[in-house]
Amino acid sequence: MYEYNQFDRDFVENRNKQFRAQVERRLDGSLTEDEFKPLRLMNGLYLQLHAYMLRVAIPYGTLNSRKMRQLAYLADKWDKGYGHFTTRQNIQYNWPKLKDVPDMLDALGEVEMHAIQTSGNCIRNVTADHFAGAAADEIEDPRPTAELLRQWSTDHPEFQFLPRKFKIAITGAPNDRAVVKAHDIGIQMNRNEAGEPGYRIIVGGGLGRTPMIGKTVREFLPKEDLLPYLEAILQVYNLNGRRDNKYKARIKILVHETGVEEITSMIEEVFEKQKSLHQAPPAEMIEAIEAQFLPPEFDTRPIDEDKLSKIIAADPLLRSFVETNTDLHREDTHTIVTISLKPIGGTPGDATGDQMRVMANLAEAYGYDELRISHEQNVILPHVRRDDLPEIFKVLKDAGLATANVGLLSDIIACPGMDYCALATARSIPVAQELSNAFEDLKRQKDIGPLKIKISGCINACGHHHVGHIGILGLDKAGVESYQITLGGDGTETAAIGERTGPGFSYEEIVPAIGRIIDRYLELREDGSETFLEAYRRVGADPFKDALYSSEAENA
Amino acid sequence: MMSILVRDNGFAEDRWEAEGGLFIDLEKFGQDVAEKVSENTCVDIPNDVHIDSLKGLFENAAMIRIPFPSFADGRGFSLAKQLRQHGYEGTLRAVGHVIADQYGFARSCGFDEVEIDNDLAARQPEDQWLARLPQDDLSYQNKWLVEREGRNF
Ligand code: SF4
Repeated sequence: MYEYNQFDRDFVENRNKQFRAQVERRLDGSLTEDEFKPLRLMNGLYLQLHAYMLRVAIPYGTLNSRKMRQLAYLADKWDKGYGHFTTRQNIQYNWPKLKDVPDMLDALGEVEMHAIQTSGNCIRNVTADHFAGAAADEIEDPRPTAELLRQWSTDHPEFQFLPRKFKIAITGAPNDRAVVKAHDIGIQMNRNEAGEPGYRIIVGGGLGRTPMIGKTVREFLPKEDLLPYLEAILQVYNLNGRRDNKYKARIKILVHETGVEEITSMIEEVFEKQKSLHQAPPAEMIEAIEAQFLPPEFDTRPIDEDKLSKIIAADPLLRSFVETNTDLHREDTHTIVTISLKPIGGTPGDATGDQMRVMANLAEAYGYDELRISHEQNVILPHVRRDDLPEIFKVLKDAGLATANVGLLSDIIACPGMDYCALATARSIPVAQELSNAFEDLKRQKDIGPLKIKISGCINACGHHHVGHIGILGLDKAGVESYQITLGGDGTETAAIGERTGPGFSYEEIVPAIGRIIDRYLELREDGSETFLEAYRRVGADPFKDALYSSEAENA
Repeated sequence: MMSILVRDNGFAEDRWEAEGGLFIDLEKFGQDVAEKVSENTCVDIPNDVHIDSLKGLFENAAMIRIPFPSFADGRGFSLAKQLRQHGYEGTLRAVGHVIADQYGFARSCGFDEVEIDNDLAARQPEDQWLARLPQDDLSYQNKWLVEREGRNF
C-alpha cells in the first residue's frame, strides 16, 4: 500500500485549502455557478439531478481498512449512510451539501485520499487490475506503475485542458481484468525476448456513443520509456484531437480518423524528441514507490485440507460461495475473495457505512489489511488464507454481503441512470434490480453460468454495455424509455463490441426479453460447459434475434 | 483595447509596440520580414500549426505569440512545450483567454508571459495570478524537476 510522503500530504492539503476558499466564494456569491464549475470539477464535485455528487478516487482500486472506515465515516456523516462504488474504481457520494464538501475532502486527506482529477478534461484516476499483486496469472504487479502515473498526471501542466477526458488502465496479467482495450490508453505489462519487463501500449479504445477497441501502437516499450512515451501520446492528442464536437473529441476518434499507422508514426516522432529531453522522475523515487507494493509476508503454514473440505462440504451456502466468489491466488495456501455488492434486487455497487466497516474489519483480521475495488463494482479481499474462508463467509453473511453471484447473471454492472444522473435518458438501476429479482434463484444462475450483463442509462455508456455479454442501453424514444440490447460484447483480452439486436424494448418488456435470450441459450448450448459468450460466438446473433422478435410478434 | 501583461512580478502594460516591436502573422512572416531585425519581431502563430513549419522562426523571432481562444482549449500549452523542446529560446507569450488558475501551467510549459484584456484583468486581479506562481505551485512535475537538479524543495 502506497503511503504518502510529506510532499503528497502537502499537495493534497494545499489543494483542499484552495478549494475551501473557492467554495466560500461560491457561497457568498462572488463566484457564479459558471465560474465555479471548472473549479469544482477539478476536485471531483458534480452537480447531479437532485444534488451535488462527490466522486472520490480510489487510485488503482487499492484500499486498506483505515481508508475504508473513513469512506464509511463520510457516508454516515455527510451522505445518507451509503456510498456507491463505480465502474472506474471511484466511490461516489450522491447527497453531500456544498458547504460540507471541504470538510469531506479534509477527512479524505487524513487517510491519504482525494477527489482530484475524477472529472474534467484531464487524465482521470488511473485504474488497474483489481487482483493486482495477488492473481496467480500475474507477470508483474501493475500498481507501482499506476502510482507513478497518478503522480505524473496529477496537475500535469500540459494536460489539464485536453479535448476531452482521458482514461488510462493498466494490467500486469495476460487475462485482462482491467478492460484495457476500452480505454484511451491501455497498458499491458509484458516481457521482451530477452525477458526484460516492459509494456504493450494500446491506444484509442473507448465506449460511449462510438465504441472502439484500442489499437496496439507499441508491442514492447522498455520500462524507463513509459513517461516520455505517454507524454508523446498525450501531446499528439492535445494538439490534434478534435475540439469542434464534444462527441468526436476522444482520442479514439483521432486514431480512427488518422489511421493507426499514421498515428503511430506521429507518436514515435514526438517520442524521439521527448525521450532525449524527458526529465524522468529520480530513480530512487521509483524504487521508493516499488518498495511500498511489496507483497505481505504470507502465512504459508500448510492448510489442513481434509478439515477444510469437510467444513465446506457440510454447508451448501458456503460451498457455493467458495465456488463462485473466490479466485486463484499466487500462493496456494491463499485465495482471492470477491465480495459481491450485487445482492438480489439491490443497487449494484452500493454499500452502507456499516458494510464498509465489516469489510474493513475482515481485511484487518484476515486479509493483511488489503482491500480492492473492482471496475465491476465489487469489493475484493485480495489475500486470505483458504482456511479462513468459513469464518469470513459467516461474517459476510451476517452483514448481507455473502451473495454468491460473482460472474453470474445477477452480478450486473449498472450506471446510476435516471435515479441520479443528469444526463440519463432512462432508468438503469431499477432494470438491474428487476432482472436480479427475476433470476433470484442462484442455482438457476449457476446453471446459466458465466454471464456479464451491463446496463447504461444513456449513450455515454458508463455501464459499459458495449462489452457486456448482454448489453442494455436505455434510451428515450419520444418521452418513453426504450431499451436496446447488444449481444456478444467482451471486455477481456478477447475484447469485442456487442452487436445490436434490433428495435428496443419498453421498460416493461426488457426483463422478459432478456429471459427469452437466456432460454434460447439454454436450448442451444452444446452442454453446460459452453458459456453464453462461447455459444453466441458459435451460432451468431440470429437465433437470439429470433427469440427476441418472433415470439414478441406471436404475443402481439 | 488595451492589453495587460502578466508576468511573475505582476501586471504590466504591454509596451511591445510602443517600443517599436512588430506583431506579424505567421503567413506573412518570410515575405515581409526578411530585412527586418529579429529583435523587433513577434510572430503570431495559430495554435494548430505543426512544429516543423515553425523552425524558420527560431533565429528570426524575438517573440512568438500563441493564442488561447478559450481557457478550455489547451493546445497552446503543448505548442509552447514543443517550441521549447525543439530549442526555441526567445520570448513566448500566451494571448487571449487564459485564466489565473492556469498561470502556473502556462509558465511550466515554457511561456514567459500572458497577455489578457482589461476585462479579464479586472475580473481576475493581479493577486489571483500571483497566487499561482510556478515556483509556488506544489506540483509533482515541478518537484521532480527540483529533485533532479538537486535543490531542496
Ligand atoms: S451512462 Fe449516461 S446515465 Fe449512465 S451514468 Fe453515464 S451519463 Fe449517466
